[in-house]
This record gives sequence, structure tokens and C-alpha cells, in this order.
Amino acid sequence: MTAALRFDPIRLPEKCEQLRKEVRAFLAEEIAAGTFDPHKPNREDTDVPEFSRKVGAKGWLGMTWPKQYGGHERSFLERYVVTEEMRVANAPTRRFFVADRQSGPVLLKYAPEHIKMDILPRICRGEVCFAIGMSEPNSGSDLFAAKTRATKTDGGYLINGTKIWTSSAHIADYMIAIFRTSPSTKENRRHGLTQFLVKMKQPGIQVNPISQITGQKEFNEVVFTDFFVPDDHVLGEIDGAWKQATSELAYERSGPERFLETYYVLTELVRAVGNNPDTRSAEGIGRLVAQVHTMRRMSVSVAGMLQAGKEPVVEASIVKDIGTVWEQQLPHRVRDLAAFVEETATNRETLEKQLDFAIKTAPKLTIQGGTTEVLRGIIARGLGLR
Amino acid sequence: MAESDNIVAETAEKIFADLADAQTINRDTKGEWKAPLWQALTEAGLPLSWVSEDCGGSGASLAEGFSVLSAAGRFAIAVPLAETMLAGWLLSQGKIASPDGEMTVVPASPKDKITLNADGSLSGKARSVPFAKAAKHFAVLASDAKGSVSIALVDAAKCRIEAGLGLGGDDSDTVTLDKVQPAELKPAPKGFDQTRLMLMGGVARSLQIAGALESLLEISVRYSNERVAFEKKISKFQAVQHNLARLAGESAAALAAATSAADAVANTKEFNDEVFLEAAAAKIRCAEAAEKGGGIAHQVHGAIGFTSEHILHRYSLRALAWRDDFGSESYWAVELGKLVCDRGADELWPLVASR
Repeated sequence: MTAALRFDPIRLPEKCEQLRKEVRAFLAEEIAAGTFDPHKPNREDTDVPEFSRKVGAKGWLGMTWPKQYGGHERSFLERYVVTEEMRVANAPTRRFFVADRQSGPVLLKYAPEHIKMDILPRICRGEVCFAIGMSEPNSGSDLFAAKTRATKTDGGYLINGTKIWTSSAHIADYMIAIFRTSPSTKENRRHGLTQFLVKMKQPGIQVNPISQITGQKEFNEVVFTDFFVPDDHVLGEIDGAWKQATSELAYERSGPERFLETYYVLTELVRAVGNNPDTRSAEGIGRLVAQVHTMRRMSVSVAGMLQAGKEPVVEASIVKDIGTVWEQQLPHRVRDLAAFVEETATNRETLEKQLDFAIKTAPKLTIQGGTTEVLRGIIARGLGLR
Repeated sequence: MAESDNIVAETAEKIFADLADAQTINRDTKGEWKAPLWQALTEAGLPLSWVSEDCGGSGASLAEGFSVLSAAGRFAIAVPLAETMLAGWLLSQGKIASPDGEMTVVPASPKDKITLNADGSLSGKARSVPFAKAAKHFAVLASDAKGSVSIALVDAAKCRIEAGLGLGGDDSDTVTLDKVQPAELKPAPKGFDQTRLMLMGGVARSLQIAGALESLLEISVRYSNERVAFEKKISKFQAVQHNLARLAGESAAALAAATSAADAVANTKEFNDEVFLEAAAAKIRCAEAAEKGGGIAHQVHGAIGFTSEHILHRYSLRALAWRDDFGSESYWAVELGKLVCDRGADELWPLVASR
């Protein structure tokens, strides 16, 4: 068959259920202590350093990494459980999430030993925050078009140029970024990009916040002016970052965070509708639950493939495509279903506030982590169409 | 996807490949392909996969039987294999041995009820029963006035059958039982009810729909690489690529939902809310995928896919028709929605994340 798609019904092993209980208990304690409010996804204070350290102390960061770097040598499926419980609770994961999901695995694969020994244990303790420097002004999804230059100098490189749409750059300690080390060739447009580890909060880097339509300021423009990166901060192959960056994306595209970002409005709809739904509400809720259940089965299945050491690039892209389109439509669908909910429903106000925020959040969901159009191109390639 | 996880599914695949070629069937206006296919399936023991050996079946596991249904869906086969398997399974629940030949289950819709009368006879009407006209026996689920559930083997000749045709061109008949004395009647096991039968049928149909979508994807991808328009293969147009990527997504979603539900049903002792979610969600999501995916497959094929000469309708129309059997997606969505609301908002995530 041309398209051999597989989504085996992977089940979470028993130890995951025990872990889930621990995570839920921890989150309940933190909510009770006022660390965060699960009903306020729109809070400004998504950066909560002490929460990160507590999560690290629980052993829930770097879960799959080797023990010698502070990791816990647990499975992808265990990590999966922690991620989805944090996401559903709207926990403030901003400070550690990117490092745990993406940057750590890149360092593990490509960084020199002394850097691994320095940074990875600190990620595991929840002490460092990472940003990802890929997009640039006027390039966006087209990574080939990246222009920010890394010019060879004594003992390292000088960086000049601008990255944009960089989440968390304002609080990040490090950024893993791709810079142009040589021009692309006619034969290979992908040639000439190199991945670097950048230490933030140094002279030569200016971070300018960009306000979003939600009122939050997570995005940034990051301007490099003769910024020095030492030789040992090159990650992997000079001029060969393309393949490194794309394999990194399988981690970014299939996780539970890719269909649960607006999930809270579904929970609040069920609360507002109450125990005896009319037929319209029941049908609408039933369909949405069937859809989220299906995506979760697909996402768990991909986690199982990652655990088995596979690189499920096409499957991950499918999960992200279906997942982000769904989480984008969800607030609109919930708004529609909530139209006849009694004005006196206890959480009507909470639901409306959450809908307001989710509807504003929705437009970005099919853009971040690879646009829908780019993903469909990757799927088409997997089908043998290009 | 080559489903070669077990020898039972491999046997089924081989028989379908040899005797259920879509093009041959499409050209055969007299239905001459049916008898040899059914005979080969019977010789391989597939129609009674889920019947134990001491009851005349081949004693395959639920999981093995489910993979036969996936393969049947990929070939969109139009003989009562799934129906006979389900009937054999239902009879086994009542410890009733299965007879030879084609069977189907009555009722095939959650809205229809069959009543067990005080004199031991059965009454009621069941609509849209797949392959009732072709069946020699019915496996019937009935309730008496007190609500006790029984399972019966009924001779099809004793029932009134009004022939009908489903969307996919397969028999979909109305069966009326007017004080019919069953050949055998046994009480259903504790906790077994019509919902359970409908969900089992729904999982079977979900696997068939997912299989048909896999084939729709394969046929559409192949066609897009052959058909030239505006001096290019149509697979080179980005709009066509994106449509096919969406078809792949729908096919993948159907496959994931259906195989997950089958796995849940095959590995459960207790038919609880979590298994209900798996089975109901599979039927809902696969039906949605059939609608979206079937539409894309026809779009990619242009007008040619709309002709009866082409094999496309064999898969697309059956996938659409299977949406209605054993409860439509709207029916199960209402039931699932009620269950979710009854459990309450804080119990929704624990339900979704239960396995």
C-alpha cells in the first residue's frame, strides 16, 4: 500500500496510572496553595519559577533522559501522562516546557559533553528556560530563507540579524537557534544552516516584546548585533542543521499539547449544561468528546512509536494537523452549543471569559509548530505525491 | 496497511485478494462471484470466527476476528461475513451453537426492540437489517415484559422479510417477527443488553469503515499519480496534495479510533463507561471520517469516480452506508453526551484519559 499509516492502540502501562495519580495530587495541592488557577488560562503570570523547581524536584523533567545528566530514564509514555495532566490543569509550564520537550533532547544528541553536564541537570531541576530561534522577519515557516548570519571569527562566531515570534525569549536563559553559516547552494536549498546554543541575557542581544491579541506578551523579536558564540556552542554539523531541525519537530508536533490548548472550554461547557442535557447539547458534547478521544488515541500511539525509537514524521504531522484544527474550532463550537445555556448557570461567567480568551487564542494554533499548509505538504510527501 | 498480525487475518486477506477483486465484482452483473467467495470463507472457518470449536466455530479470539473485519473493510466485501460473525458471537453469549450458512443479527438498530412473549414466542419489527434476505438464520436479542434479556436462534423462513437496499447497494431489509417460535432460546448473561450488542456491531462497522477509507486513500493517491491535467500529474498540484493529506488524516483517525475500540472490547471483562466511550467514539468518528474522506476521494477522481463503471463507489458508498447500522453517529453522540453530562464536568478528563 502506498500510504502505510499505522496507529496501533498503545495502552498506557499500569505505572503510568500510578504516576497520573501523583501528578493530579501535586497539581491539586498547588491549586489549593494558590500557585495557579486552573480556570484562568488567560493569566499574565505564566512564568512561575518556583513551580518549575517543584516539578523538577518531583522528577518530572528530563524524564526520558539518562541519569548521568540528571534525567530519570523513564518512558515516553510516562512523560506523556505528566504533559497531559499539566496541560489539562492549565498549569504554568511556560518556563520549563520547551527545554523539556525539545531543547534538552537536541543537546543530548548534539552538544559537547561538558555542556551537557552543565545544562541538562539544571533543566531537570527546573532552573532554566529555553527559547527556539527558527523564524525570522519575512521568513516565518520558510526556514530555508533564514538570513541571520553566523560569521566565523577567532574561537567562535559573530551573530548578526533578527529572530521573531520567539516564545519566552524574554525569560529564557538559552536559545537554540539556526543561523546561516554559508549560502544555500543551487543543488541544495537546505544547505548552509547551522544550529547554535545561545546564552541569553548578554550584551549583543536585545529582546523586544510583541503584544498578542490575547493581551499576553509571550512572543518576542530578538535582535543580535555582533553577538559572540564560542565554537563549542555549535550543535551538530556545520551547514547541516536542516535534518536536525526537522527530526526535532516530531517531538513538537504530536504531543497532547497539540490538541488540548483550548480544551478547558469543553469542560466548562459540560459544567454549564449540567446533568440533564437537551438533545442538542448532548449530541454536540458527544461528538466533541469522540473527537478528542480519537486524537488522544492517535497521540498516545505516536508516543509509543517515539518510545520504540522510531521517527514518525508523517504520523506526527497528521496528529498536529487534525489536533490543531480541532482545538482551533473547539471554542467556536462550544460557543454555538452554549447559546441556549441558562443565563443563571453557575459558571456562565467563567465560561464566557474562557471562551473570549480561547477564541482569541485560536488563530495561532494552526500556525505554531508548523503551519497547517506546511504539515499537509509533509504528509503529501509521505504519501509519495512529491 | 498490511494486516499480517495473525494467521486468521492473513487467510482472510488472501481469500479477498483471490475472490473479491473489486474490478471483477463491478463487472459481474449476475453476482456470480458471491458463491465461490462465501464457500472459501466458510471453508476457512471465517464466518464463525467468534464461535468456539465445540459449538461448531473456529474459536478465534475477538482480536483475530476484528482484524478479519478490518481486512473485509479494505476490500469492501459485500457478503454477510461481519453479520454472520456477529450473529455467531451473539449466539455464543447465550451458549447456543451456530448453524451453518449465512446469518445476521436482529435487531440492527438501537431503536428497534424485539419482545419475548409469555408463551416463549418472539414479536417485533427490525428495520435496516443487513443481509436479512440472504440469511438462513437470525441471532435475535429480545426482552420480556419484566426486562429480562434473552438470546434466540430463529429460522429466517419463519419471519416476514421486506427487501430493501442500503446506500451501498447491499441488502438492508425489514424483518417482522409475528409470534415466531425460536429454534433455541437462552437467557443472556448477566449485564448483557441491547446496548452491548449495538456497540459490538458498531465496532465491527467502525473497523469496516476504517478499512474502506484506507482503500479510498490508496486508490486516490494512485489515481492522482496517473491522471494528467493542465500538462501535470494532478498529484503535483498543491491543492490536490492538501486534499489527499486531509484524506490521510481522516483515514488515520478512523483507523486509530476503530482499532482502539476493538482492542478495548477484546481486552475487557467489564463493559464499563471507558469501554462505552471507546466503542461509541469509534462509531461517531469513523462515520465523520467516511463523510469527509469519501468526499475527498471523489473530488480527487473528478467525474470518473461518479460512474458506476469505476470501483470507487464500492468503497465510498459502503463506508457511508455503514454509518447507519447499529446506531448512527448522531444516536451515539447523544448517548455519549448524556453519559458525559451525567458524570459531570470534573469527571470528563478522567474518562478521556482512562487508558
